[in-house]
Amino acid sequence: MSGLRILVGVKRVVDFAAKVRVNSQQTGVETANVKHSMNPFDEIAVEEAIRLREKLGKDKVTEIIALTCGPKKSQETLRTALAMGADKGVHVEVADGQILEPLAVAKLFSKIVEKEKPDLILLGKQAIDDDSNQTGQMLAGLLSWPQATFASKLDIQDKLLTVVREVDGGLETIATKLPAVVTADLRLNEPRYASLPNIMKAKKKKIETLTPKDLNVDVTQRLETLKVTEPPKRKGGIVVGSVDELIDKLRNEAGVL
Amino acid sequence: MTLPNTAKPAILLTSQTTTTTASAASASAASASAAAVAVASLGSNLNSSPFKSSARSYADIAIERNPQFKKITKQDIDHFKTFLEPQSILATTDIGGTIDEAKELDGYNTDWLGKYKGRSQVVLRPKSTQQVSKILKYCNDQKIAVVPQGGNTGLVGGGVPVFDEVIVSLGSMNNIRDFNETSGILVCDSGCILEELDKFAAGHGFSMPLDLGAKGSCHIGGNVSTNAGGIRFIRYGSLHGSVLGLEVVLPDGTIVDNLGTLPKDSTGYDLKQLFIGAEGTLGIVTGVSIVTPPRPNSVNVAVLGVSSYDAVQKAFRKVRRDLAEVLSAFEFWDTRCMQIVLDHNNLRSPLEEEHPFYILIETSGSKKDHDDEKLAECLESLLENEIIDDGALAQDETQVSKMWSMREGIPESLGKWGPTYKYDISIPIGVLYDIVPEMANRLEQAGLYSKDPKTYESASKDDPNVVVKGVLGYGHIGDGNLHLNVVANRFDKKVTDVLEPYVYEWVASHKGSISAEHGLGLMKAPHLHYSKSKVIVDWMVRIKNAFDPNGIMNPYKFLPRTTTSSSN
Ligand SMILES: Cc1cc2nc3c(=O)[nH]c(=O)nc-3n(C[C@H](O)[C@H](O)[C@H](O)COP(=O)(O)OP(=O)(O)OC[C@H]3O[C@@H](n4cnc5c(N)ncnc54)[C@H](O)[C@@H]3O)c2cc1C
Repeated sequence: MSGLRILVGVKRVVDFAAKVRVNSQQTGVETANVKHSMNPFDEIAVEEAIRLREKLGKDKVTEIIALTCGPKKSQETLRTALAMGADKGVHVEVADGQILEPLAVAKLFSKIVEKEKPDLILLGKQAIDDDSNQTGQMLAGLLSWPQATFASKLDIQDKLLTVVREVDGGLETIATKLPAVVTADLRLNEPRYASLPNIMKAKKKKIETLTPKDLNVDVTQRLETLKVTEPPKRKGGIVVGSVDELIDKLRNEAGVL
Repeated sequence: MTLPNTAKPAILLTSQTTTTTASAASASAASASAAAVAVASLGSNLNSSPFKSSARSYADIAIERNPQFKKITKQDIDHFKTFLEPQSILATTDIGGTIDEAKELDGYNTDWLGKYKGRSQVVLRPKSTQQVSKILKYCNDQKIAVVPQGGNTGLVGGGVPVFDEVIVSLGSMNNIRDFNETSGILVCDSGCILEELDKFAAGHGFSMPLDLGAKGSCHIGGNVSTNAGGIRFIRYGSLHGSVLGLEVVLPDGTIVDNLGTLPKDSTGYDLKQLFIGAEGTLGIVTGVSIVTPPRPNSVNVAVLGVSSYDAVQKAFRKVRRDLAEVLSAFEFWDTRCMQIVLDHNNLRSPLEEEHPFYILIETSGSKKDHDDEKLAECLESLLENEIIDDGALAQDETQVSKMWSMREGIPESLGKWGPTYKYDISIPIGVLYDIVPEMANRLEQAGLYSKDPKTYESASKDDPNVVVKGVLGYGHIGDGNLHLNVVANRFDKKVTDVLEPYVYEWVASHKGSISAEHGLGLMKAPHLHYSKSKVIVDWMVRIKNAFDPNGIMNPYKFLPRTTTSSSN
């Protein structure tokens, strides 16, 4: 049996801890001067790929390829994946500000799959910026591959993949043959930190850059965003001086009594 | 977004569970007017006996309650009620309070470490400078002793009463008075919590010039009063520079409005400087004017592993030179601290292997590419020159805050592990860490400690023998500031006697300071002479007497007892 090749998707998003603000035109969130990092679920996916190699051995997992679709700056995200342990990066570059919908990303991925011929595709279950939760599923559909979404545990034995999924009622265990698409949930693992020696090594790793045109994929937006608004502001709490005041406020201001 | 919030945890407060009965209190049945200054375990009922007595506590020389101070009565409470709202007063039942109030008092009487416990029967929570003024004027006229209290996170027993001093808590004075978008000058009440101020400043693109592990609870007034340092000191310097003005109420009720907002002002004695680090002994700080720097929009954090303290110093020299103006923190801690903090917080180490020392570097700047490039070059060269053995660079904000929690979580994690003796010392960088192994040796020779971690590390407070579980060091290397921490299974005189006055003598012999940033409080008052000459101490006493002739402000603390006017 030849070794496994794993393709991992990584997206550059507004940092999880950054405060998001709607832009003044109400077309999206402010991204200038806002900290960006790798989508946390993608970080988990990268970590899982590396753990698989650590578990199965270097000869069993022959290559881990990180793929990102996005503007020039997405290269930073690829570098993080490479510093964590991925072997090579592929960047499908689009212009700054170009919005890539899940279907477009799934199409781009499917073209890269044709070229790279991976046995396993690991993605985050969703990106924390648009929260679409669609790319993995659409990709599996386009490829006609089995899919295992919301993975919280993953194991591979002789090209048989076992995945524990987090579902509403609890956990579901499914098994499927490879190749397959897996999307990572929060509890799959805790990603490692990028070590300095690995960051240095990552600088020497190869990143291949392509465009949607090279891959013959039309990434024109199919959805139109009408308006983006902030949720209503939560009012701060107040300290009431007495029980009477509390009852008065509950009755006359909150109207819950 | 569906990830759990992993922002830096606020520190845990007033959670010292108080289980067993007082140990020091039972040591001797001395006169009812002498108090156990320090009680390791705090089970005794507040109301049963206002002055549980012991001629000598674990840590200190016996202190007598100054009989010149009036004991508080119901009439005094009634007087306070004439100008304070009912909810601004908490009192014990015997002087007119409720049972709930008495319970709440317990938190105000006990310090963060669970090391010091007073017996105050009343807490006043004024809402305005005028109210503070009325309180102090009355207390001064009546000779009632007062202890000002901020967030009660102080580590030297300064913010809690020794006996029955009235606690004036500034927590209800928490308004922001003014903020100037151009100059970044912030004017606020002294009871504002540091973290809240930082959030407020962040909303305007600025940040507070100081930051410390207790930020979620400590007040700016407490910071000013202890002259707090913390992790931004290396970048923004001391509060003596960033505080532009103070509003202070003197013991006789006079309001000194020195709340200037002028960065430059050379008109006469700079009175406000006296109150920075005065620990509530000269008056109560009610307002603070402080200059906030623009908030950096690019922040990087790295944790490095090194093999020796020597390497820590080498790394510091290089980092300071290479990163220059973007360096905003350089902290270090030893391997034992790392083990405890990771274990306590259930965190994964950023580095694969263990290292004798860890360093945290933070850069803050205005241009990410510039900072990234500088930092990468610096770190690479540290690795190539084998000054550091390994390192990790945070890739996102979540990792940034996790890395910070490995340093900032140390005091709390150690506290959870066991009662902690804390020494906060300034010494020349070259010998900064020497005291840690030296203390470990001394404790081992005294039969209280073993360097084999397994020997004592799980000892509980109920163990028949008092033992030391760990001797650890961490601190702000850039400021020459080491926190020597000794964790025991309980507070005990046997341990104290090995540690003190040896630590202070050692510091003095290296021309260091026995308190770099925590202040003197009750703990270090008798030891001031190790850091300051007789001439200087004498002048301090004169200053104290000039402002507070009746000695009502935070008595028994700060200055050596024999020389304070109130105690003789
Ligand atoms: C987890 C932790 C980490 C810490 N890290 C650091 C650190 O890195 N650097 C550092 O310098 N310190 C540190 N400290 C100690 C530090 O001194 C305090 O956290 C803080 O500065 C005290 O503020 P507070 O409001 O809690 O004051 P309190 O503890 O309430 O009081 C401290 C002293 O100031 C007096 N005081 C308080 N408010 C006033 C006022 N308005 N007017 C007059 N006097 C007043 C009190 O009487 C007392 O003497 C740390 C403490 C903890 C618990």
